Amino acid sequence: MHLDLLTALFVFMLATFLGMDIIRRVSRLLHTPLMSLTNAISSIAVVGALILAGEAKDNLSTWLGAVAVFASTTNLVSGYLITDRMLRMFKRREVKKS
Amino acid sequence: MSTATELLYLISAALFILALRWMSQPDTARRAVAAAVTGMALAVGGTLLHPEIVTYKWIAIAAIAGTLLGIPLARVPLTAVPERTGLSQAFGGLAAGLVGIAKYYLWLQSGELTHFRMAVVAGEVILGCLTCTGGLLAAAKLAEWMTTRPVTYRGQNIVSFLLLGVAGTLGVMLTIDPTQSWMFPIIIGLALVFGVLLILPIGGADMPTVISFLNSYAGLSAVAMGFVLENKLLIAAGALDGSSGFVLSIIMCRAMNRSVTNVLFGAFGAVQTAGKVAEQRTVKSATPTDAAELLTNADSVVIIPGYGMAVAQAQHRVRDLYDQLTKRGVDVKFAVHPVAGRMPGHMNVLLAEADIPYDRLVEMDDINPEMPQVGVALVIGANDVVNPAARTDEKSPIYGMPIIDADKAQTVIAIKRSMNPGFAGIDNDLYYAPNTLMLFGDAKQVIGDVVKQLTGEGH
Repeated sequence: MHLDLLTALFVFMLATFLGMDIIRRVSRLLHTPLMSLTNAISSIAVVGALILAGEAKDNLSTWLGAVAVFASTTNLVSGYLITDRMLRMFKRREVKKS
Repeated sequence: MSTATELLYLISAALFILALRWMSQPDTARRAVAAAVTGMALAVGGTLLHPEIVTYKWIAIAAIAGTLLGIPLARVPLTAVPERTGLSQAFGGLAAGLVGIAKYYLWLQSGELTHFRMAVVAGEVILGCLTCTGGLLAAAKLAEWMTTRPVTYRGQNIVSFLLLGVAGTLGVMLTIDPTQSWMFPIIIGLALVFGVLLILPIGGADMPTVISFLNSYAGLSAVAMGFVLENKLLIAAGALDGSSGFVLSIIMCRAMNRSVTNVLFGAFGAVQTAGKVAEQRTVKSATPTDAAELLTNADSVVIIPGYGMAVAQAQHRVRDLYDQLTKRGVDVKFAVHPVAGRMPGHMNVLLAEADIPYDRLVEMDDINPEMPQVGVALVIGANDVVNPAARTDEKSPIYGMPIIDADKAQTVIAIKRSMNPGFAGIDNDLYYAPNTLMLFGDAKQVIGDVVKQLTGEGH
């Protein structure tokens, strides 16, 4: 599917404004998990890397693609796991253990 | 790209937006992770349907290796989250840079390198490479593998921008004539060096801002990749990430009353202001017994944590102290400065780890008007964020930065390892104030001793 430059810029512009608006509403409490979540979302780069590693056009591009898949998967896995780990810790009320 | 893939990408983008929306409150935040994971799974699934993929061998090997590294990286202690974040930004930049490089050579060979493609590839490679080395250097600074002080030299900004300018110019020249492939490796090299130069002059106290900026760059590299690969999902998800990093860095800059350019090029905290003569000033030191007595006799206690608490892993002892004091009817609150710690929200996560209910955490603007009524302000390993010089000393590098007014409390107890200046290297008048008592020692040890005093009383 062909994507023309203007449509691409349009998507970029809308997503940027939407992102700024949503992020402004995030509680300060959650800024660290927010950052690790957006890190994990930016591993969407895996989409480009997968095609490159899978289409196997030549050695160089396959290798670079595979390293890129490796780098993004690392981000993806660690980003989601650590975000979830942090969020589990946020509790509103005391849970009495004793 | 098939319609099925496009549809999956559409749902995936919607899930990412919902995920960020659900991150606004702790109640819904865990749902956010589930939404983002689903979104990513759909995106990957949709991509694997791609007819151009002929072999899954390299994908599988790389994905397994990435998972094997990702799992231990997610288990780092929470004090190491800032450097993990820097590393993750470096990896994000690396992925974008590599895809850009591969695409350039593929298109160069097949003769499909249009002017437009060349321009966006150059953008992607420059952004990706500078994010990669910048993220690595930030991680090294945050983990203290290297000095946390700014590294500066004369004409630094000029050199840095000259480099970026040359890289940009070469990018433009390549766009005009994409076959001049000798320029391409030079662009890569310049971008890699620029990433290092961008982070070198930035001091420890500015790391929360810089780590947010790098988040933004990592997102923008994904956007650039989206332009290269003509992929709307990459553009949308990258833009969400980019704007989130941008918003966070603005919030951090405001919390320090500094402009973005000042943070990036100001070399904050480079040298201790020479104006102050090294006069011998005395501090009053106290014992854990004194501190225990003061704390129990106070009506209200405000605990101000800083990175020192994190380094000492003292958050669980702080929790014990909170329990003991609350049991005695003392009102205990935690005042968290927006830039306390080394990344946005760092202290909140550590206190949450110690099971301290998040409704006891109060933001700076809400606590400051109450400070004069507070019995004891207990400063644990925080330094610059309680330095009254920010209000009073126009010559101080942190002058004008909003601080938590710990000095206005009736009594201040500051726990500190030694009198060495903090991460940013600025001396703190708070420690010499007449109403301040210093408790020297490792925060975990000292608070443990105070708690022992309290439990030893037989309550």
